[in-house]
Amino acid sequence: MNKTWLIIQREYTTRVKNKRFLLVTFLMPLLMMGLIFGSAYLSTTGTEHRKIAVIDPNGFIKSSLKNTSQIEFAFPENVDTSNYYSKGFTDIIILPNFDKKEKTNYILRSKKSMGLLLQNSIGDKINSAIEDQMLQEAGIKQNVLDSIHKASQFAELKAYEDKGNESKESNAGLAMGIGYASGFLIYITLFIYGTMVMRGVMEEKTNRIAEVIISSVKPFELMLGKIIGIGAVGLTQFILWIVLITTLTSVGMGLLPADLQHQVTTLQQSNGQMGAAGMAQASESAMRIYNMQHTIATANWPLILSCFVFYFLGGYLFYSALFAAVGSVVNEDPQDAQSLVFPITMPIIFSYIITNMVTQNPNTPLAFWASIIPLSSPMVMMARVAYGVPSAVSYWELGLSMSLLIAGFLFTTWLSGKIYRTGILMYGKKVNWKTMIKWAFTKQF
Amino acid sequence: MDPILSLKHLQKFYATQKAVDDISFNIQKGSIFGLLGPNGAGKTTLLRMITGIFYPDGGEIMLDGKPFNPMEDISKIGYMPEERGMYKKMKIGEQALYLAQLKGLSKADATERIKYWFKKLEMESWWNKKVEDLSKGMSQKLQFVITVLHEPKLIILDEPFSGLDPLNANLIKDEIYGLAKNGATIIFSTHRMEQVEEICDHIVLINLGKKILDGTVKEVKQQYKENIFSVQTSQSEHIKDNSIFNVVSREAEQVLVKINPGYSTNDVLGQLINDKINIVGCHELLPSLNEIFIKLVEGTHATTRAFQNI
Repeated sequence: MNKTWLIIQREYTTRVKNKRFLLVTFLMPLLMMGLIFGSAYLSTTGTEHRKIAVIDPNGFIKSSLKNTSQIEFAFPENVDTSNYYSKGFTDIIILPNFDKKEKTNYILRSKKSMGLLLQNSIGDKINSAIEDQMLQEAGIKQNVLDSIHKASQFAELKAYEDKGNESKESNAGLAMGIGYASGFLIYITLFIYGTMVMRGVMEEKTNRIAEVIISSVKPFELMLGKIIGIGAVGLTQFILWIVLITTLTSVGMGLLPADLQHQVTTLQQSNGQMGAAGMAQASESAMRIYNMQHTIATANWPLILSCFVFYFLGGYLFYSALFAAVGSVVNEDPQDAQSLVFPITMPIIFSYIITNMVTQNPNTPLAFWASIIPLSSPMVMMARVAYGVPSAVSYWELGLSMSLLIAGFLFTTWLSGKIYRTGILMYGKKVNWKTMIKWAFTKQF
Repeated sequence: MDPILSLKHLQKFYATQKAVDDISFNIQKGSIFGLLGPNGAGKTTLLRMITGIFYPDGGEIMLDGKPFNPMEDISKIGYMPEERGMYKKMKIGEQALYLAQLKGLSKADATERIKYWFKKLEMESWWNKKVEDLSKGMSQKLQFVITVLHEPKLIILDEPFSGLDPLNANLIKDEIYGLAKNGATIIFSTHRMEQVEEICDHIVLINLGKKILDGTVKEVKQQYKENIFSVQTSQSEHIKDNSIFNVVSREAEQVLVKINPGYSTNDVLGQLINDKINIVGCHELLPSLNEIFIKLVEGTHATTRAFQNI
């Protein structure tokens, strides 16, 4: 055991000290945060500016169409489809004379095609203008209408799950996001660290140090040391990422303007339940930040994180042992590795595809079985766990899945150990899976 | 003196062949022992059993008078395999430290001994270099140091001189003599017969998984001598076949004669003196190990065995 520990240490330190590891570890969160904040920034500022000419023979639309930061409406004379662009408009909307009985179309023409979101928002605006006009015709005054519009925004849907006597706020969107993200992370890391194990074993075999080491330690200790050492590297990377991301987020929050921060704290203190006056005070961005924080807080993070660590490690141990076995039988030619590794990568890819389906619907029979079988459970179970335990996944399912995964990796490690100890000292012989299985179940050297 | 290593009827079978088939021999403490054999004779399998990498299918290995226990005895053995390797990207000092610790040395002990050996073999400046920066001969030297670092009682060297220049080969050779003198036993496996003749006390030749020769270098040569004598003379053309000897070959200054059974060197010299032949010198020609090796192995299809399935 002492020697296995030495091997673990070597595998771990040589990789952690490697410049590439440091680069990936520190650049990845920056990149991710940059991507998130960058796209958020771009979507709020909106570089596109539209100046839209509206031809309205009905005459009532004008009072209801309000300009926004992106869209400017104008009601010019003498503009038509042939000359709107030369008169400085980006788009033109031509409304027919509404008789309010038959269904009709109105037309938007643009020089530059318009995004779907923008189109929808213009459609909504025109529809509500028509609605307002009809309400006014029914005798409701404009100022009454405006105050109703504002005052009616007080209700919001909140979904709760029942857990015995308690009920807890739930959020399907968040669950889907967490399920997808953790499934994807496990998928990527299985590949990255699995291949790292395989390459490590191949390196030891091709540069012939394996025989030197195996005269000091058992082949199984060497394999196990490598697997555990590289697994520890993966875990370190995750922990560093989580630490970095949380620090970066809090630093990012600290950079927000002081009054915005104040508004967010007020919202937090009042638990989001503010009177209409308070709501008006809180700006749109403060509401958004508050909502985001509030939604994130609804997830059961301790459970999700501990499940993630378990399934990452379990999946890693399950597959990396197989990767090690392949590495041990490959000779100098990397092409051999490719064809031998195919039966291992296939189930990983399939599990990822299943995960994508399960994130949308966590309770199908496929989801159940895929989250129990160790081949796919690391990814699929994470997608289901995100929807909550025991509401989406019952405790016995989680327990069964976990114990099967433990049994699974013990089995693959045993199997690979047998293949490995034969393969690592065998040179110049092309091996296929059939021979490898034969080695695993027959007499050993 | 008790043997340090004693093999008794050792066997190792693969699916289609007997890699090691009933081999027994003893190795005396402090001796330099040559394990010889053609490619595929079963040398590597034999060595892997002695180093605990493979378990024998039959027979017994006794180390220092006790049955060999791979778990405990691994630290008493230093093995330098023929296919040598190092982590290319790892610093040399760290690498030596790591491999020494795997052999069971403490970090402090290992550091001290590495420094001692590096100094002795003029490798001090290597500590922070990487193996990929070393030449083949240099990494050979490093490998040797790593093999002997934990002061093993039994040192197994598989082709230790391949790739070394004569200077470094002599350096390592002196170290080997030194280690043997200090009580270590050395098993030396090679194809280079002139090195065996020079270094080894005792040899064993195996072929097709069986032992075919066992003895000291002198004994073996005596055993396979063909009673051929070299006679140096200026009158080579006057030497004729007779009842005592037959002429095997004749050159201007030297005649090789084969003495018939029952006669000795004195009989040859008496005959020659009798014939008034002017003799400059006369000595017995012993066969070289190379000749013995070829004679014993040739025609046994030894090399084809290496390619059979395991």
